[in-house]
Amino acid sequence: MTLEDTARRAVEAALATGASEAEAWAEQGTSRRIRVYEGEVESLSDAGGRGVGVRAFADGRSGYAYGTDLSEPAVTETAEAAVEAAEVADSDEFAGLPEQCGTTSVEGLASGDLSAWSTERKVELALAVERAARERPGVTQVENAVYSDAEGSIALANSKGFSAGYEATQAWAYASAFAGEGSELMTGLGVGLGRDPGVLDPEAIGGEAAERALALVGARQPPSRRCPVVLDAFVAASFIGFIGSMLSADAVQRGRSLFADREGDEIAAAVLALSDDATDPAGPSSSPFDGEGSPTRRTPLIEDGRLLTFLFDVRTARKAGRSTTANASRGSYRTPPSVGTSNLTVQPGSASLEGLFREAGDGLYVTEVAGLHSGVNPVSGTFSVGASGRLIENGEAASPVRELTIASDLVSMLLAVRALGAEARWVPFGGSVKAPPILIAEMSVSGS
Amino acid sequence: MSLVEPALAERVLERALARGGSFAELYAEARQGFSLSIDDSRVERPQGGRERGACLRVISGESSYYGHVDGLAEEDLLRVADSVAQGLREEARVPAALAAIERAPGHAIETPPDGVPAARKADLLRACDERARQAASEVTQAHIGYGESHRQVEVFNSDGRAAADDRTRVRLSAQVVARRDGRVETGTDTLGGHAGWELLEEDPEAVPERAARRALTLLDAVDAPTGRLPVVVGNGFGGVLLHEAVGHGLEADAVQKRASVYAGRLGEELAEPLVTAYDDGRRANDWGSDGIDDEGTPTQRTTIIENGRLVSYLYDVLRARKDGVHSTGNGRRESFRHLPVPRMTNTFFAPGEATPEELIEGVDRGLYAVSFGGGQVEPATGDFVFGVSEGYLIEGGKVTAPVRGATLVGNGVEALRAIDGIASDLEIATGYCGKAGQSVPAGVGQPHVRIRELTVGGTAS
Repeated sequence: MTLEDTARRAVEAALATGASEAEAWAEQGTSRRIRVYEGEVESLSDAGGRGVGVRAFADGRSGYAYGTDLSEPAVTETAEAAVEAAEVADSDEFAGLPEQCGTTSVEGLASGDLSAWSTERKVELALAVERAARERPGVTQVENAVYSDAEGSIALANSKGFSAGYEATQAWAYASAFAGEGSELMTGLGVGLGRDPGVLDPEAIGGEAAERALALVGARQPPSRRCPVVLDAFVAASFIGFIGSMLSADAVQRGRSLFADREGDEIAAAVLALSDDATDPAGPSSSPFDGEGSPTRRTPLIEDGRLLTFLFDVRTARKAGRSTTANASRGSYRTPPSVGTSNLTVQPGSASLEGLFREAGDGLYVTEVAGLHSGVNPVSGTFSVGASGRLIENGEAASPVRELTIASDLVSMLLAVRALGAEARWVPFGGSVKAPPILIAEMSVSGS
Repeated sequence: MSLVEPALAERVLERALARGGSFAELYAEARQGFSLSIDDSRVERPQGGRERGACLRVISGESSYYGHVDGLAEEDLLRVADSVAQGLREEARVPAALAAIERAPGHAIETPPDGVPAARKADLLRACDERARQAASEVTQAHIGYGESHRQVEVFNSDGRAAADDRTRVRLSAQVVARRDGRVETGTDTLGGHAGWELLEEDPEAVPERAARRALTLLDAVDAPTGRLPVVVGNGFGGVLLHEAVGHGLEADAVQKRASVYAGRLGEELAEPLVTAYDDGRRANDWGSDGIDDEGTPTQRTTIIENGRLVSYLYDVLRARKDGVHSTGNGRRESFRHLPVPRMTNTFFAPGEATPEELIEGVDRGLYAVSFGGGQVEPATGDFVFGVSEGYLIEGGKVTAPVRGATLVGNGVEALRAIDGIASDLEIATGYCGKAGQSVPAGVGQPHVRIRELTVGGTAS
């Protein structure tokens, strides 16, 4: 039985148990992870996963159930459990399947080269990442050097007759390097990603980890002040990822977003343009259809500083009298669809990093933030987060700093964006974001 | 009844060691869960799941080879054993014969939650929602979540060990939003345990009520102060500071990689003699407790700091072998999809003699940090940052105005050394701890603790 057959079978079983509408998401995949330490394989894993998740609707109520067993009786049981779960929910007039299901053609989600790579070659790649980091003078240790990849198939079927599937591959490598010693020990992270290991550059990944750690050696706590701040691409991506989660119509409708009632408003400087794009072939979260079968698309979110739209799935769109933006996302078969970003992309500017420093004059270059998700109030947008990086003096990067906090609120920060770097990169943590470095005109920096 | 028959487990271990390795382990698990929430006074997201799977690992020298599979059928297990063995190129090794399965003495579960009708769980959420909304007219939203899980775990290894555990957990969490004059604040609270439905039978509505009180308090909050100040940290969830800033640095994987500021410091005086701390995976029905850890080692109480002296790290089997010591029962994993790593269970400061009032009386100008919104630490340096979700000014020895937007920035070693008072009101709260891509239930706790001085990053200019 193919994966699509399994999904269709689950839909039929749910309908047979009394569901008025039903949907099933089935997946099957394998993944590998290779961790090396001091020139040896520390761990090597090979994993196989499979499962099906069923969403059942009855009398306006919806329930969800999932299971790892894809045998026919077990799939039927999972479908029945979804129908049973629906019975305790309160009815929801907006719940249901999309009016229009379909797929968008997105090329290049899967690379055939992945399976051509032997385990030995992948181990070599991980070792090369570690070597590249360790070779830099001043690096005392490489804590982690990891290669990881995954290939999987997804199938979605629903009672409106939609049935489709796709395959995707992904490969990553990252390293974290240490420089300095004792209480002066600094860490740096380097990362690379693509559809297969062939596109990963071990020199660049290991080198980045080393350089980030080395740049912080000797860091001191700076004095408190208000000044221009340059966020590097990692840090900019972290903020953008958080802002993206606040643009979910679900967060807005539940009153948990500072952007509620701000649609159409000027919420950012005119230089900032942000979109959500599930059709970018390079985007780690790209796909032909979203988690409930709507064809994917690119959705501009902020242009000329204005907030154009929120991100919708079918339910939130019905509630708002709008159309879905195909942003129903699924973590896995274990979770029902919910509104989420796909790939957030910040349009790059024209400045080099050095150009941003020159424009900042005297300020702070932030290369790491800690505690972003706990440090931001999602409703008011005020935040105060731990950070480290370098001072900017006379338009150039100067001495390293740590144990400081940067504070502002998200809208003030967006409005204070003065310039963007020309070089944007994919950052895979905290969602999938492509961002350049960003210069903020002023933020409150608190240190000693 | 076993998830995996011991005879099959023996064959799987033998296949796993067919191409060498000094140790092999089969971890099998059946887990089922149910969750439900209420939002906007509407019960929603009923969700059930059933998973079965296994993780197999082989250790050779310093290397771990492992695989996991969804399913516990014979063919699933043998296939994963073969695929893991493919990583090795050595002489086959014969595993020791398995002893009889040792079933861990479980934590008392009076009412298994999966036997409670889902409709009663929905009613509980409705009652919680009502209580939150009754707290004040300013309460605009309440989100209450209920979750239960039941995990059956079996561990078989090539040393002949066979152990099993049966784990039931329930958890109720509340997030309440209050609004006044355009100002919006959120308060949270949780109640959970390695326990059955009985945990939620006595006044569960107190959970959303406390969350509502927090949100309402914050409506009156002033901007947080900035600078180096004395800080009194609240009991219960305040222990997240110990968990993050000290506990992670004592986990043996970080120590052995010298990625911990506590590496090589056993026996050192790290704090005043009044400071003692434990990791205790046995405490009856606590959130982070289990019968055995996820490598089959019985859980235990481990003294980590004794009268200010660092006395033990936290070990799993692999790291314990390397240091020539015994596992402390801290080899934990999120599920059969993960490798065990050294993790805390319930970690807390031992109670002292003082009252919370006495600790506060000694502070002329400082911060009373009752609860944290979360935190992060760099184990290599001990540097940490925490968002204070409920905090107050201390002025002239008294708790005064609530503050918002405060963060604590500092270093674990320095903060530990700066503890100059511990109260007697120990309480354990429920957290989820993330490490190595895995999330496990962890109890965090402490009595009220006073830290002489910490950097407070505030919003006040």
